[in-house]
Amino acid sequence: MSISLLTFYLFSAILLLSSLMVISTKNPVHSVLFLILAFLNAAGIFVILHAEFLAMILIIVYVGAVAVLFLFVVMMLDFKTSLEKDNILQYMPIGLLIGLVFIAELVIVLINTRLDLSNIQILTNPLSNFLDQSNTEAIGSILYTNYVLYFQLSGVILLVAMVGSIVLTLRDREGVKRQIVSEQVDRKGKIELVDVKSGEGVDI
Amino acid sequence: MIELNQFLILSALLFSIGVIGIFLNRKNVIIILMSIEIILLAVNINLIAFSYFLNDLTGQIFSLFVLTVAAAEAAIGLAILVIYNRNAGSIEIEKINTLKG
Repeated sequence: MSISLLTFYLFSAILLLSSLMVISTKNPVHSVLFLILAFLNAAGIFVILHAEFLAMILIIVYVGAVAVLFLFVVMMLDFKTSLEKDNILQYMPIGLLIGLVFIAELVIVLINTRLDLSNIQILTNPLSNFLDQSNTEAIGSILYTNYVLYFQLSGVILLVAMVGSIVLTLRDREGVKRQIVSEQVDRKGKIELVDVKSGEGVDI
Repeated sequence: MIELNQFLILSALLFSIGVIGIFLNRKNVIIILMSIEIILLAVNINLIAFSYFLNDLTGQIFSLFVLTVAAAEAAIGLAILVIYNRNAGSIEIEKINTLKG
């Protein structure tokens, strides 16, 4: 058994187990931590598939941003966990039935078919064009040329998501003292000019 | 050598775990959002496996866009969750019955 096959089995076993733990633990904080473990192992599988750039993006963006965002929300919201009796048994049969049928169908089909990719001739960006470049360079050289429109559209999607989540969570609370800059800077009506006679002073 | 089918089976199992997570979870919505992340991860493994075995870089580009959309979706979903929790006081799925669904 080769090293790459061994690492593949290791990474996929931990990936499947940790994603099972994500959906089965009671505590949402544990779920998020197992989600982080699953992302790390998926990054390992991406490295096996020679997609180093996406593996690093997965670690940086997913573990560094999205999972921390999940963790932040889990800790900010106050879950009243397991105060009431858990009636998971009510939905367990139908859920497990659907899930197991799904798994069985997919795995049976995939075990019994062999996809022959050797004579497919519709490649648009064959990897042999990028042999002297790193993975990051190869992705950059077509992402910023052939796919620049999609790249900019994904930027717009991120902008809309950012504006949307800010607008959704913004609120005006009553009774909070806030700084009103225009009032503070405005000098009209705030000062009075008085002619002062010499040696007399003014009443304040 | 690892075959394509092994990656496809891994991704099918991961996808099914995500679907089961959506069905079985009745406690809070945040686990459902995490299940959606798992499903998108399975899709990405599929795309990258085909990209490797077809010797075509396009799958990796598409996977990059899937990651972008997934991040945006997580941000919006969590924002909706926060304001729902503020308005309704709870995010338990069984108590979300405003639409009488």
